[in-house]
Amino acid sequence: MSDKKNWPLWEVFVRSKNGLEHRHCGSLHAADEDMALENARDVYTRRSEGVSIWVVESKHITASNPEHNGELFDPAHDKVYRHPTFYDLPDEVKHM
Amino acid sequence: MSEAQIKSLEKQFDERIARDEKIEPKDWMPEKYRKTHIRQMSQHAHSEIVGMLPEGNWITRAPSLRRKVALLAKVQDEAGHGLYLYSATETLGISREEMYEQLHTGKAKYSSIFNYPTITWADMGAIGWLVDGAAIINQVPLCNTSYGPYARAMIRVCKEESFHQRQGFEIMMKLANGTPEQKEMAQDALNRWWWPSLMMLGPTDDVSVHTEQSMKWKLKRKSNDDLRQQFIDQTVPQAELIGLTIPDPDLKWNEEKGMYDFGEINWDEFWQVVKGHGPMNKERMKARVGAWEEGTWVRDAAMAYAEKKRNRKEKQVV
Repeated sequence: MSDKKNWPLWEVFVRSKNGLEHRHCGSLHAADEDMALENARDVYTRRSEGVSIWVVESKHITASNPEHNGELFDPAHDKVYRHPTFYDLPDEVKHM
Repeated sequence: MSEAQIKSLEKQFDERIARDEKIEPKDWMPEKYRKTHIRQMSQHAHSEIVGMLPEGNWITRAPSLRRKVALLAKVQDEAGHGLYLYSATETLGISREEMYEQLHTGKAKYSSIFNYPTITWADMGAIGWLVDGAAIINQVPLCNTSYGPYARAMIRVCKEESFHQRQGFEIMMKLANGTPEQKEMAQDALNRWWWPSLMMLGPTDDVSVHTEQSMKWKLKRKSNDDLRQQFIDQTVPQAELIGLTIPDPDLKWNEEKGMYDFGEINWDEFWQVVKGHGPMNKERMKARVGAWEEGTWVRDAAMAYAEKKRNRKEKQVV
């Protein structure tokens, strides 16, 4: 067995066409960023699914904890005034 | 956490799944859910990877360039499917190396169908048509399974898989319409792959141990027997269409039930192969472990090169 380190994990984001955002599509292992891009090309865009790829080493991603979803997201729930339907308009105003 | 707390969390968890909510990697989940998913998903990934071996056998001997590029693309897809599934499984907290270790030591299983040999070109047709056909029947319901990363991987896999079955059927059709020798070759492949393909859909419902829990978690949406019946009902007319005979003397359309009755499956053979005594078990593991071990220096060299590049970059910055 080898005593060298294993290839790290990378997250892959693909833009399917210009005008659309990059979207997370999975992950893979690679020794460095160049190999991560090449592997991402082969693993995630074999049928022309993309025009641009981002890769980022997984350890650099900070994620929110779903157990804290309450504190994190609840404050938005009672702010209905952030939505256009909160405001009363006379029927005569057709487009606003 | 107390036992009562865990019970309450488990109840909420089951309710979420019943409401068709998806479970994502960082969500709380019962230990058994995690373990069952690691087992099934890694087994699925291993099957894709080992599944490349019987077909890889014929890439250099494909009868035309058209067949060769198609087979090459199919085998490459299988590598891709294995990789989607491995990375989805890693989100449950097991490393890629641990999974490989389990495969290489025989602790983890892969689909027993890949322990049969591919002795003629017609086997490429039979595998695409029957084995991929059975796999699709197994996989389509999983696109809707409760674990998000698994469901997303399965959607990609299913989208790509339909060409696999068509390329196999086309090979069979061509041979079945060819010379008498070619037709015989196609029939022979069907004879050898039919029963293992039926077994591939798993043991009968009365002996299948995981069914009930897996149904609740939507890890399984239909029972093995239902999937098998669906496979038979859809495949028999296809065989008739190209003039091949299903090797089952008891196969008969049942007008009343609206489905085919079929003969006894040799489950002894199935369990023998699962236990490692199939015709190609040893050969497959030898090839797989050999590829991994002989690739060690390549993986090490790539890491060393990456490190060298990084150091050089850092030096330039200073």
